[in-house]
Amino acid sequence: MDSPLLRIDGLTKAYPGVIANDQVSFDIGRGEIHALLGENGAGKSTLVKMIYGLVKPDTGTMTLDDKPFAPTKPSEARSNGVAMVFQHFSLFDALSVAENVALGMETPPALRDLARQIRDVSEAYGLPLDPSRTVGTLSAGERQRVEIIRCLLQDPRLLIMDEPTSVLTPQEVDILFETLHKLQAEGTSILYISHKLEEIRTLCDHATILRLGKNVGTCTPRETTARAMAELMVGSSFASPVARDTEKGAVLLEARALSLPAPGAFGTPLRDISFSVQAGEVLGLGGVAGNGQDELLDTLTGERSAPKGTLFLKGHDISQTGPVYRRNEGLLTGPEERLGHAAAPNMSLTENAVLTAAQRKGLMANGFISWPKARSFAEEVIAQFDVRTPGASTAARALSGGNLQKFVVGREIAQAPDVLVLNQPTWGVDAAAAAFIRQAILDVAARGGAVVVISQDLDELMEVSDRFGALNEGRLSKIRPVAELNIEQIGLMMGGAEDMEDAHA
Amino acid sequence: MDLSSINPILLVASIMVSATPILFAALGELVVEKSGVLNLGVEGMMITGAVVGFAIAVNTGSPLVGFVAAAVAGAALSLAFGLLTQFLLSNQVATGLGLTLVGLGLSSLIGKPYEGIKSPTLPKLNLGPLSDLPIVGRMLFSHDIMVYVSLALVVATWAFLKFTRAGLILRAVGESHDSAHALGYKVVRIRLLAILFGGACAGLGGAYLSLVRVPQWTEGMTAGAGWIALALVVFASWRAGRVLIGAYLFGGVTVLQLNLQAAGADVPVALLSASPYLVTILVLVVISAVGKHGAPASLGRPFHAAS
Repeated sequence: MDSPLLRIDGLTKAYPGVIANDQVSFDIGRGEIHALLGENGAGKSTLVKMIYGLVKPDTGTMTLDDKPFAPTKPSEARSNGVAMVFQHFSLFDALSVAENVALGMETPPALRDLARQIRDVSEAYGLPLDPSRTVGTLSAGERQRVEIIRCLLQDPRLLIMDEPTSVLTPQEVDILFETLHKLQAEGTSILYISHKLEEIRTLCDHATILRLGKNVGTCTPRETTARAMAELMVGSSFASPVARDTEKGAVLLEARALSLPAPGAFGTPLRDISFSVQAGEVLGLGGVAGNGQDELLDTLTGERSAPKGTLFLKGHDISQTGPVYRRNEGLLTGPEERLGHAAAPNMSLTENAVLTAAQRKGLMANGFISWPKARSFAEEVIAQFDVRTPGASTAARALSGGNLQKFVVGREIAQAPDVLVLNQPTWGVDAAAAAFIRQAILDVAARGGAVVVISQDLDELMEVSDRFGALNEGRLSKIRPVAELNIEQIGLMMGGAEDMEDAHA
Repeated sequence: MDLSSINPILLVASIMVSATPILFAALGELVVEKSGVLNLGVEGMMITGAVVGFAIAVNTGSPLVGFVAAAVAGAALSLAFGLLTQFLLSNQVATGLGLTLVGLGLSSLIGKPYEGIKSPTLPKLNLGPLSDLPIVGRMLFSHDIMVYVSLALVVATWAFLKFTRAGLILRAVGESHDSAHALGYKVVRIRLLAILFGGACAGLGGAYLSLVRVPQWTEGMTAGAGWIALALVVFASWRAGRVLIGAYLFGGVTVLQLNLQAAGADVPVALLSASPYLVTILVLVVISAVGKHGAPASLGRPFHAAS
């Protein structure tokens, strides 16, 4: 009982130009929920991939059950009782739940038996799931259940979970935590990766904190404050955004009963969406991924046109106009996908700046691009938004996620938008850059712009928004002032059940 | 026009023969595309199979040895494609087109000495009482062995993709190579095997042209059959059963066109020979209008393991 389940000793992994893990050591006890904390790029993923056999460490050893453990491939890790629930990239949309589960197992039984086992396990752990459904039609929470059940069917001794709650509603998080506690009671150890500190404080027994690839501290989360852990993670303190009281002005953007069919087999239709944003206001739209966020953004940008009379910019019907027209009229947007949607990966920052700012910043004359002007605009964005890059001629894909995000958001903000719509503005961005972007959003509102922020990060939405609404299966909940909301109400709004709550009240 | 000059029994029998080359090639390409690779070099692999199969059959006197050699030749050519696209990450479309050009050139070089020679051909299989059946016997049960091999291959491919674990893994790799890699499957190895299978099948299809259907070697004799096979995979929305239907339909159009010409129909020949492509375009339109298709999600995307 005393010896740990997994002992990690001096693991080091270097990639060209960066040391992902530098002499990392810690123990995971039996039946323990162990948190692995760190910023993006702190080396959490690399460490976990080494435990799961996807990456081979340069030096260092691991001991599982007092025996040396050096998996060279995931199947070897799995046969030793190590299972992993991935954050992304391990499900197949076009295949059924049962087929997806079978792919993650060493020796799966026949599909019919497997379907029965899936039903049994899903009932035992309170995770309802239909084995014959196509994964592409499942919600994010259900997809995660597929991954968890895939792991549970192999009786793991160590379950690795990579940011499992980033896509869940608060209610779904509760269900997940119950499942994890049940597993813990059965003696399974869990390595829990997250950067959500409150979550770790309620769930985990121990925490190891990584910063820049090094183990910078171990603590017992229940006895530590979230602030202390955050400082260990970041290594310095950073400013939280300051909200300013601004006068609300005229309604700048309005959607009236906007409905639109789904764009493809796995898309979400928009159903009767109505909202309005005033000058000086930030409207936060939450919701679990895949509930119509992308479709709504595409409709607002003008990539898809909407039925007549559903979208109004400063009182004019813009439902049928294209992106260029809307941009000229002052509606600027930042989509979620940085590479490929917000920016062209192989083009330089200057060229990317021209792509959206050509008209508003006067970078074109008689159909020709003025490169000196374009360059100075790009450099202005780089300087103003603290984008770390060798220069404006660097290709967009060479920038880190956070820096590119600062650039694409900065590019829009520097054009002085009347209305700014952002989808996941701080997704995959480190805390300091995220705080910077949030501040920039608030500044746009303070200057008299109207902002719509679509995000899955509730803390972020609570921080920047004046009013909040949630998307669920393409419907938008009632929009309420943030000051009146508590976490339970938000959960109900995200689950689409707010009206039931109203009925009780 | 005199339609009575078309004999339905002979028509069906010749449809089966004319469909077999594209059926082989399309089945191979189906498996390749199911693994997420788009190999546009089918035409080149087919014609290489045709010339190699012909040359070996002439030299050994055995058409079956010719077929084996054709499969090996097709697979060898596809291996070049596999190495370029899977290891050196070259663009699949450009490499596939290059493969077609290489195949056409290589085949005319190899084939020069064999022009005008007649090859040994496959005997019609005698299926005993089945072949003696009236009408049906001559329609369906008096073909050579490769026709039945191609039909068996349809069933085998369907069952492989639907019921076996290896088939599931192949589909998974084509669906999301990143997920498959994260689960520890060897994406590149699986795709290479699929590419080799596709090459071998294209080679067999080519050899069937030069050894049975014509049976002679003439330069450029595939005449676009490889492209029809490619179109067929899309037409069939990536399902083995529909590949069979499509191949017989497209094969049927080819034969019917010849018969109609012979019967003196005044439909433009060019329109008839373009019809398989027109049908494919139509199917593509319908597929995208319905919004549901069977295309593997990773089709044509290069895979590079980042970690």
